[in-house]
Amino acid sequence: MSVTPDDVRKVARLSRIKITEDRVEPMTQELNGILAWIEQLGEVDVDGVEPMTSVVAADLPMREDEVTDGNRQSDVLANAPNAQDGFYVVPKVVE
Amino acid sequence: MSDLTKLTLADAVEGLKNKSFSSREITQAFVDTIEAGNEALNAYVLTTPDKALEMADAADKRLAKGEGGKLEGAPIGVKDLFCTKGVRTTACSNILGEFIPPYESTVTQNLWDQGAVMLGKLNMDQFAMGSSNETSCFGEVANPWRRKNDANVKLTPGGSSGGSASAVAADMCLAATASDTGGSIRQPAAFTGTVGIKPTYGRASRYGMVAFASSLDQAGPIAKDVKDAALMLEVMCSTDEKDSTSLRIETPEWSKSIDGGVKGMKIGVPKEYRADGMSKEIEDLWAQGVKWLEAAGAEIVEVSLPHTKYALPAYYIVAPAEASSNLARYDGMRYGVRQKGENLTDTYESTRAEGFGPEVQRRLMIGAYVLSAGYYDAYYLKAQKVRQRILMDFEEAFKTCDALLAPTCPSAAFGYGEKSGDPVEMYLNDVFTVTANLAGLPAMSLPAGLDVNGLPLSLQVIGNALDEETCFKTARVIEQAAGFNAKPERWW
Repeated sequence: MSVTPDDVRKVARLSRIKITEDRVEPMTQELNGILAWIEQLGEVDVDGVEPMTSVVAADLPMREDEVTDGNRQSDVLANAPNAQDGFYVVPKVVE
Repeated sequence: MSDLTKLTLADAVEGLKNKSFSSREITQAFVDTIEAGNEALNAYVLTTPDKALEMADAADKRLAKGEGGKLEGAPIGVKDLFCTKGVRTTACSNILGEFIPPYESTVTQNLWDQGAVMLGKLNMDQFAMGSSNETSCFGEVANPWRRKNDANVKLTPGGSSGGSASAVAADMCLAATASDTGGSIRQPAAFTGTVGIKPTYGRASRYGMVAFASSLDQAGPIAKDVKDAALMLEVMCSTDEKDSTSLRIETPEWSKSIDGGVKGMKIGVPKEYRADGMSKEIEDLWAQGVKWLEAAGAEIVEVSLPHTKYALPAYYIVAPAEASSNLARYDGMRYGVRQKGENLTDTYESTRAEGFGPEVQRRLMIGAYVLSAGYYDAYYLKAQKVRQRILMDFEEAFKTCDALLAPTCPSAAFGYGEKSGDPVEMYLNDVFTVTANLAGLPAMSLPAGLDVNGLPLSLQVIGNALDEETCFKTARVIEQAAGFNAKPERWW
């Protein structure tokens, strides 16, 4: 599998990272270099092997379904780039 | 400069308890040392002297009453990956801007609960992605060590916990928190002649530690010696309801069992770690380590970890894939820096293009690629199966031995710019460390000698799951046999 400039534009879009046209070609080469190196995993026989989950087997812990935290509106908004009247202010979404 | 900064953590804690000096005195000594040397080393990205002295005074009050925790009054540094309430935390990325966490990470809370004093936040590779500290948005950290015959070359302290390693090596804190996703504690420790350990996955809570690759990330300390590392680790680890992967088990008091020795233990030497191009000096040091352990009564067995060479390629699927998911949260809406765009999507894309550095962007794109439609099975699922194979190798090896001895890194610290051209070449630095992350095993690095340039070289002890105790005991024997006490000559 080889990465094309179109693939790079696509993954940049999927990653929500703006990529300028002059960066597409170098990035294509870099990703191809890394992915070519990764391809050697094809040599490993994984027939009948389960994907790894954890080194120490553990059940997902359960707790009572109750509110343990909250009422921290000002804490939550304290780092917002733009907040007003207890809300985040974001760019217009619906045209 | 005061000699208090040169104490080990254990000796400092003892001195504080005996009132040989106060927490204010030792904290002030560190504040002065940092002020004098940080401009040259760039180990701290934020210093908190007022907070440190306030915490020191509170510790002194408790000490005066004969109270106090395990680290009462001891000044330490915190990697900028750990959220600290009210103190800027950035993971050394522009995208977090001036983010001030409204909460405290569990690991740091555990340290404060035992009386530790915070000196400030330490430099690191951006989002812990890097092996040289050059991806930090705050600039490079200098390694306090320099080549004997070529002192002009600025050496990297390794990464991602480069600031932590540099600060400990330069006596700018008694010990530091760090984190290890592919070797980010052990490689910087090796490059700076310090001691670092990554515990078994799940020992330390990930709550409040900025996420990189959640199935690999583990917190651990960088310290001056084996005992200090044990002391730090036992305070940092805990069972934590706030992290669902935190293990529901008790944390042992490792600092009390480090002197148990290795008599009767079996130490495995993995033959696949004799990588091509390994320097003769590292090979010799490894052989010397084997001799030291033998002399202390351990039996040496050769073991095979046949899937070792697949660890790094598997890592470069798993880690970017998890990163691309974890870092999706940085959209410039709720915190961090927002770049204005023409519409919402443009705002996201501009924010992330401006906020993330090139290495982070590269990994996020690899992650998006390997997770994209049609490729999930071929990449991510395959990598997780290879990972299981790597774990099975270790499980097989631990049937015949109690711990493994290997080098930490293929070379001593390298200079800035000597490696960063090809990303894969940089990734290869982690060839000996990344296996323990994939398998979730505890692994520790400690200095054991100097190379021809006078730079520290280190050995690594890898333990079975939950058996940090054997790592500490083995490392302690090597530490005593090696008698490593070299320090970088002060130039900063």
